[in-house]
Amino acid sequence: MTIISATGLVKRYGEVAAVDGVSFEVAPGESFGLLGPNGAGKSTTMRMIGAVSTRTSGELRVLGLDPDQHGPEIRSRLGVVPQQDNLDTELRVRENLITYGRYFGLPRRLVASRADELLEFAQLADRASAKVDELSGGMKRRLTIARALINDPRMLLLDEPTTGLDPQARHILWDRLFRLKEQGTTLLLTTHYMDEAEQLCDRLVVVDHGRIMAEGTPASLIREYSTREVLEVRFGSEHNAVAAGRLAGIGDRLEVLPDRVLVYASDGEAALVEVTARGLQPLTSLVRRSSLEDVFLRLTGRSLIE
Amino acid sequence: MSSVTDEAMRAGQAPRRFGALYVAEHHVRIWRSYLGVNVVSAIGTPLLYLLAFGIGLGVLVGAGTGPGGVDGVDYFVFVAPALIATAAVTIASDEFTYPVMMGFKWNPIYLGMHAAPISPRQVAGGIVLFVSLRAFATCLVYFLVVAAFGAIPLATGVLTVPIATLTALAFGAPLLAYSAAQREDKGQFAVVQRVLVLPLTLFSGTLFPLEQLPVVLQPLGWLSPLWHGSELGRVVAYGADRPAWLVLVHLLTLVVFALVGWLIAVRIVTRRLES
Ligand SMILES: Nc1ncnc2c1ncn2[C@@H]1O[C@H](COP(=O)(O)OP(=O)(O)OP(=O)(O)O)[C@@H](O)[C@H]1O
Ligand SMILES: [Mg+2]
Repeated sequence: MTIISATGLVKRYGEVAAVDGVSFEVAPGESFGLLGPNGAGKSTTMRMIGAVSTRTSGELRVLGLDPDQHGPEIRSRLGVVPQQDNLDTELRVRENLITYGRYFGLPRRLVASRADELLEFAQLADRASAKVDELSGGMKRRLTIARALINDPRMLLLDEPTTGLDPQARHILWDRLFRLKEQGTTLLLTTHYMDEAEQLCDRLVVVDHGRIMAEGTPASLIREYSTREVLEVRFGSEHNAVAAGRLAGIGDRLEVLPDRVLVYASDGEAALVEVTARGLQPLTSLVRRSSLEDVFLRLTGRSLIE
Repeated sequence: MSSVTDEAMRAGQAPRRFGALYVAEHHVRIWRSYLGVNVVSAIGTPLLYLLAFGIGLGVLVGAGTGPGGVDGVDYFVFVAPALIATAAVTIASDEFTYPVMMGFKWNPIYLGMHAAPISPRQVAGGIVLFVSLRAFATCLVYFLVVAAFGAIPLATGVLTVPIATLTALAFGAPLLAYSAAQREDKGQFAVVQRVLVLPLTLFSGTLFPLEQLPVVLQPLGWLSPLWHGSELGRVVAYGADRPAWLVLVHLLTLVVFALVGWLIAVRIVTRRLES
């Protein structure tokens, strides 16, 4: 049994193929991430899975159902945090949760008690009767996340859930998501933060131009697409490109960024010794372990956060 | 079928059936947060009109038409059913323009509903239901105020309330379709208010019989739901003398406007939400 199964999923907007033949499966209880640069098609994929956007072609089953026929059934078991908040700014904080809960046909009393719990969770209890417009951006985000839980969903769709949250709120959310995961909730999320992806995702895909570039666990992707270590050297922005020309052959691969040169090598320190042996004097140097960002850079030629 | 699927099929039952009601409930909540303004305007507006038309305009129009008033009744009585229908149309023109644009764009609550189990048809249905309720309630208040001044008989006059509500839909459903199709605010709603709603409320045989308009302009009135609604209201309120076929035409026109508008609106709302 898979909770999401997509085969050759395509979404076109006129000439643009926002999603261009994507296939993947997600098992119940798994947390699955979509990574990719701006415009890669992550949100569009999420919207098709969330049964709000109809697919142009391909096969899609969510909770074992076809979104074209069973949109309301699918959506009644999903919790959705869209990229852009769509809270009702004409209602107050608590009222937002209650109205939303009613859309699932839940009794008013149940919705009211859940709303109070969720306000606690989102640390908004003292703002229950505030107007939505009076909340800060991060508070609105927290309210949107709380709202997504009002129906005790089987699966959560989180489109950049922590964008705009402060570090503390992010950690609280991660903790809460872990707990939901432990209870068997499936998570599907997109993010531009690779620490978040590494923390939360059992498995992920990197997408670009509507296509899947790679798929795997964070660790396996790093193993497959990067070296164990990375040496970062800076020569000053004018000199990086020139210096890079003289670094050829050191490590497995070089990546020249505007502000630094990345040398991919299994042993970063050894690579640095070789750099200085060639008579190059970097202004700064740093040896670190490879991360998802390196995978991302390799696959898309762009950095994760744009 | 797996338990996850079963669970979804079960959870979807209530929203499938009652989704439009939840949408209407949401709108009532919003309406309630402006309760004071809403109630004051529902009671105050007819009083103002009564004052203006009963005392001011009535004297003028009455003087022009001589004894026997207009259409064989006092001007007051002639104008009351039209005032009630106009109130309903005004509500429709308020609710089916800016708020619709807001719901898609500036305060995109429709997107939120649709991400929950509500279908686009139910979103449209809920909006229509709410506006009908609001028009009905407001017209009822109007009617009671007007009746208190003896301008409309209680027993038969109350029928003007559902007629006015139908008129609101005949005018409002096509307007909903139009508004749902608008992606950018380029001032078109202000134009709708000035070029469509305002002339409509003045020249639809509301304040004076349509026959008093120049003959060339009269066909415009025939296209106006407000004319059909006002005339129908007069027939039920004070038994205005109209041929049966015309009464039927009035009723059918209103129903056809509302139905056709509804069908187009659902298509547009669906296309927009599911894109
Ligand atoms: N409603 C729409 N109409 C036309 N084009 C669209 C629409 N929605 C998305 N697109 C296009 O589809 C492509 C993918 O967009 P999408 O929002 O899915 O990207 P994304 O991966 O979520 O990007 P981001 O990281 O910026 O959120 C883009 O080229 C975008 O311009
Ligand atoms: Mg996006």
